[in-house]
Amino acid sequence: MPRVACPTCGYQNPASYAACDLCRSPLRGQAAGAAAPPPAPRRDFYGEQSSNSRQSWILMAAFVVLVVFVAWATGEASGLGPVGLLFGLAFGTLGALLAYYAGDKMVLSASGAVEAAPDREPVLHNIVEELCLASGLPKPRLYVIESAAPNAFATGRDPARASVAVTRGLLQKLSREELQGVLAHEMSHVRNLDMRFATIVGILVGTVALLCDWGWRSWRFRGGRRSSGRGGAVLVLLALVLAIFAPLASRLIQMAISRRRELLADASAVELTRNPGGLAAALRRIAADPAGLEGANRATQHLFIVNPLKSYGIDSSALLSTHPPIEARIRILESMM
Amino acid sequence: MAAFVVLLVLLGGFALALVGIYNGLVTLRNQVKNAWQQIGVQLKRRHDLIPNLVEVVKDYMGYEQETLEKVIRARNQALSATGVQGTAAAEGALTGALRSLFAVVEAYPQLKANENVSKLQEELTSTENRIAFARQFYNDMVMRYNTRIQVFPSNLIASSFGFKDEAYFEIPAAEQEPVKVDLR
Repeated sequence: MPRVACPTCGYQNPASYAACDLCRSPLRGQAAGAAAPPPAPRRDFYGEQSSNSRQSWILMAAFVVLVVFVAWATGEASGLGPVGLLFGLAFGTLGALLAYYAGDKMVLSASGAVEAAPDREPVLHNIVEELCLASGLPKPRLYVIESAAPNAFATGRDPARASVAVTRGLLQKLSREELQGVLAHEMSHVRNLDMRFATIVGILVGTVALLCDWGWRSWRFRGGRRSSGRGGAVLVLLALVLAIFAPLASRLIQMAISRRRELLADASAVELTRNPGGLAAALRRIAADPAGLEGANRATQHLFIVNPLKSYGIDSSALLSTHPPIEARIRILESMM
Repeated sequence: MAAFVVLLVLLGGFALALVGIYNGLVTLRNQVKNAWQQIGVQLKRRHDLIPNLVEVVKDYMGYEQETLEKVIRARNQALSATGVQGTAAAEGALTGALRSLFAVVEAYPQLKANENVSKLQEELTSTENRIAFARQFYNDMVMRYNTRIQVFPSNLIASSFGFKDEAYFEIPAAEQEPVKVDLR
């Protein structure tokens, strides 16, 4: 498939796209013989924020449509009707509630984070207190992970119960200005309620998977009997296709939302610090660091400021990645300078 | 009868909107006041840190008494400043004086290595950032409040109840430039 690089962030888009899939800036020169495109407009964080949150909500709406559609098809295929929907919702919600109320503690202990005392880590506490003044947020609890890999994450279901964890490597390898950029990104996750957002999305993903699984089983249990006439057969076929593709589709939407929220947090961090250079320099340094993070796994990878497990190059489309390519993030930040 | 009811509903809705706009203005004005007080807290923190810094630094800086005296003088002026504009100007001058002091500290290796100095330097750097962020927050609040006072229809209520524009906390242009220190 022919691809075209975005002039702003460098992301490789399918040649047919008019606007960049990642940063939404127009792709120049896609039509042969078109007039010279206007220079890319200077971007500001207000515009970045509103476009990013709009994108998130569009994705959420697509998600809800998918869930409703799957639930309806499952009900039809299994012959149980709306009962299937209720069952799926109940299971999905139960698991999500547990994640919602105890998730932050589970994540912190899984990554080996230890609470940081103010007199032991004065710079960390100072920087976070500064950012609290800038954002009007209450001070989150601060944790340090004893690992040489520079990385950080935020968790907690609302700003009053938020926690921010940074690695020892981050504190040692980054300058004060770069550290401020990273912590501003984490505080932005807290302020944008990204943890809550991720939980809601998690509920929807789980529900889709459960419904599909359940619809599939009950159809097989009934021995693949046809319901009534040709209309019923078409419906069952449709439900089967859905049962196979809906879980995959829901994962793709979840990843797209995660990437969108990362960009939103980058833009919000610039709103707080008014200094895109600090975060850009920090991302560059984190990306160049060879040390690996021991406590990270597939369940926690999406939380970190830079994905600790895999990094995709800028020329891959990275559909299943939780983070946008780091070069693209740096280029977007630099376009705000 | 029907016309009377319609009139009553319209009047009620009008009164409710009036109350809502008025309360919104009062809330915003209080937020501006609170943001201003936040700046005051941070400025006091800086004023309190300066005597400690001067105490630690003065023994090392035999030839730099002038820079130190400038900081002390700027602090005293900042302490006695009043009003948004006066405070902004005096604090701007203090920021400038502190910056040149730290530029001088960079030139003294023993001073840079001193643990007390580096601790105080971190505290003052943090305080400078806090002041800058508190000012940013205050100015954002003032912008929201002033906009609300100026746009229709809240401008009608604002002018009849005496809501006035608040001043921005602006730094004098001279203080926005980076410091130049002559180290001979």
